[in-house]
Amino acid sequence: MKKIATLACVSTLALTGAAMAQDSIKIGVPVFLSGAAAGPFGEPEKNAAELMFDALNAGEVPAPYNSMGIGGRMIDATFIDEASDAVVEYRNLVERTGVEAVIGYTSSGNCKSVAPVAEELETFTIFVDCGTPQVFEDVVTEPKFLFRTGPTATPDAVGAARYLRDSGYDLSRVAGINQNYAWGQDNWRDFTGALDALGTESKYVSNQMPQLGAGQYGAEVSALLTSSPNVVYNSFWGGDLEAFVLQAAPRGLFARSAVLMTCGEALFPAVGKNIPEGAIVSARGPFSVFAPENDLSTWFAAAYEERFGEYPTYPAWKMAQAVLGAKAAYAKAGEGATAADAAAAMTGLEFEAPSGIVKMANANGHQAIQGIGFGTVTQVDGKPTVENVKFYEAECVSPPADMRAEDWIASGFEGAVCE
Amino acid sequence: MTQTMMKTDFRREPVYIAVLALLLIAGFFLPSWLRFLLQTALAGGLVALGVAIQMRAGLVNFGQGLYYCLGGYAVGLLSAKLGITDVFVLLASAVVVALLAGALLGLLLARYREIFYAMLSLAVSMILYGVLVKAAALGSTDGFNVPPVTYLGWLPEREIRADVVYTLAAVLVVVSCLVVARYLRSGAGMLCEAVAENEIRLEYLGASPKRIVFFVIVTAAGISGLGGGLLAISTGHVDPLMTNWTTSGGFVFVALLAGRGSTIAPVIGFFLLELVQTYALDIAPNAWQMILGAVMLAAILLLPGGLWSLIDRRGKA
Repeated sequence: MKKIATLACVSTLALTGAAMAQDSIKIGVPVFLSGAAAGPFGEPEKNAAELMFDALNAGEVPAPYNSMGIGGRMIDATFIDEASDAVVEYRNLVERTGVEAVIGYTSSGNCKSVAPVAEELETFTIFVDCGTPQVFEDVVTEPKFLFRTGPTATPDAVGAARYLRDSGYDLSRVAGINQNYAWGQDNWRDFTGALDALGTESKYVSNQMPQLGAGQYGAEVSALLTSSPNVVYNSFWGGDLEAFVLQAAPRGLFARSAVLMTCGEALFPAVGKNIPEGAIVSARGPFSVFAPENDLSTWFAAAYEERFGEYPTYPAWKMAQAVLGAKAAYAKAGEGATAADAAAAMTGLEFEAPSGIVKMANANGHQAIQGIGFGTVTQVDGKPTVENVKFYEAECVSPPADMRAEDWIASGFEGAVCE
Repeated sequence: MTQTMMKTDFRREPVYIAVLALLLIAGFFLPSWLRFLLQTALAGGLVALGVAIQMRAGLVNFGQGLYYCLGGYAVGLLSAKLGITDVFVLLASAVVVALLAGALLGLLLARYREIFYAMLSLAVSMILYGVLVKAAALGSTDGFNVPPVTYLGWLPEREIRADVVYTLAAVLVVVSCLVVARYLRSGAGMLCEAVAENEIRLEYLGASPKRIVFFVIVTAAGISGLGGGLLAISTGHVDPLMTNWTTSGGFVFVALLAGRGSTIAPVIGFFLLELVQTYALDIAPNAWQMILGAVMLAAILLLPGGLWSLIDRRGKA
């Protein structure tokens, strides 16, 4: 009798367990929690994810996302450190922790190695911030379960070239300073390619490629100063970017040349008042100070600032839009949707985000395209903001769906639609 | 004295390797995530074994990742860029490339000992790292992906692909352990210990320490190349981090942690360390390095002879 009672008890417990599992949706979130990328990327991404999950679970996000949870289920998130073996830990998330969907990744190297595994394990996966176009151009050419809701790195360089030309900067002597790894190398290649395609007939007087994480740029700044460029292109991020601004500004580089920093917006909270006026910055898309004014953007910026005491930088915006992309996909797939249904629904989807409308237009509807804004820094009451803003629509700075980014730049932006 | 004798006693190796083989057969039935972890640990374990056998000659190689990376990139380049997908050709090339590099570097490195050996091997591996980071065509730091491999013209279905790769890795690791055990029982292998103990006396006896060191470098290079090739096939991705000093340092640590009493010790040690790491990541995503560090510290303080000393101690009793 006692045995039967225990058995009944156990089976009730098992049942409640199963019911609870059905009520929640397990999401794995790999972001950098250690290493150099933790501060500039991991922290804002983790913060934004936590904020979005809590707000969605409470039903506090503005319309059209004011229903609770994702697909009617409460979100149960598992954060892991991206600074580990990406493939091994991705498998562990899916097969051991049993997550239904994965939203994360910042490093392009990790995205490239995880991409085929996501398809192999048939797991709904959204890349948040990694920039390399190769993910869908070479690695996974027929994606089913894999998406990227952030734009690739291509619009950064193409938009920068267009902004410089359209704003009338003297582009006869151009120099670059980029970190010596895949990101920096690709950025410089795309930027010079874009200038050539625009026919600016620029002379590339200096290309400095310091080590990733070098921190000291005395020699590079000297080399830039002596080559007297009119424009300097910089794709640094994180501590490197902060160090560069703090070291180059007192030596007059910003006064003598127009310095364009593609990740410059991320400087605002940390070293904002040290950014010289006139420096050109972007947020790698319609994020932060370049975001459109709508209910979602106003709510997100305010909620983030209230909870974390800091205005969200662009990685936080990208995480928020990835989470909302997943929510939109489940909503479109309808009640009781599985991850596979959501992946099918997300293909080619257009959804609202704090950054405006995100179009999953490229890579058979798996890669988002978005516009990008550039502007010059100006200090208002000791706080940096941007002026002289020019915004380029997605179709102007992204390759068409059937073209590789590299070929598109080389072709002189064939098929680009610019206003 | 007794300890030295014990270290050179590799007569029980076939038994240990048989145990490893049984463990790997049991491993086939593990949950897929754990088996995948084991599979990548087998690849890394071979490199740790390469480091461990050099330690027998008193040489600490802080750049063993060089051969690991060469093996991985040999497989990657042949399959992704040249379209050769036969696994046996690929892995043979990984071993051959690593052996050639080992032989070439061995000519130079065999003349150095102690810190000079450690630093020189580290320097060479970082040169390869620097070259690969500059190589934009090879994806720089992002590396590139390795397509699925074929087995004598047979491409396994997606469902059983993981089973086949695991079986192959397990068989190759067992065979490698047997080969290394045979080498350690040979004259060249036995004399490694003597190089570490007293090189001058060894020369009086008519043996060439330089030649003995050369052989141990080449042997270690070969199995490390195989390990790199296996990793490339398992994870489907290679990048320059494979030859970074942090990776090589990890191998040295595993070799110390595991102990040098058996060829299977580094392989098992590598798996245990990976297991600790993945659970630490799961339990404390913000402080996993601290857990890993505490475990490493505890292992060094409590088991200065490595994990294998537990088994040796029991054998003596």
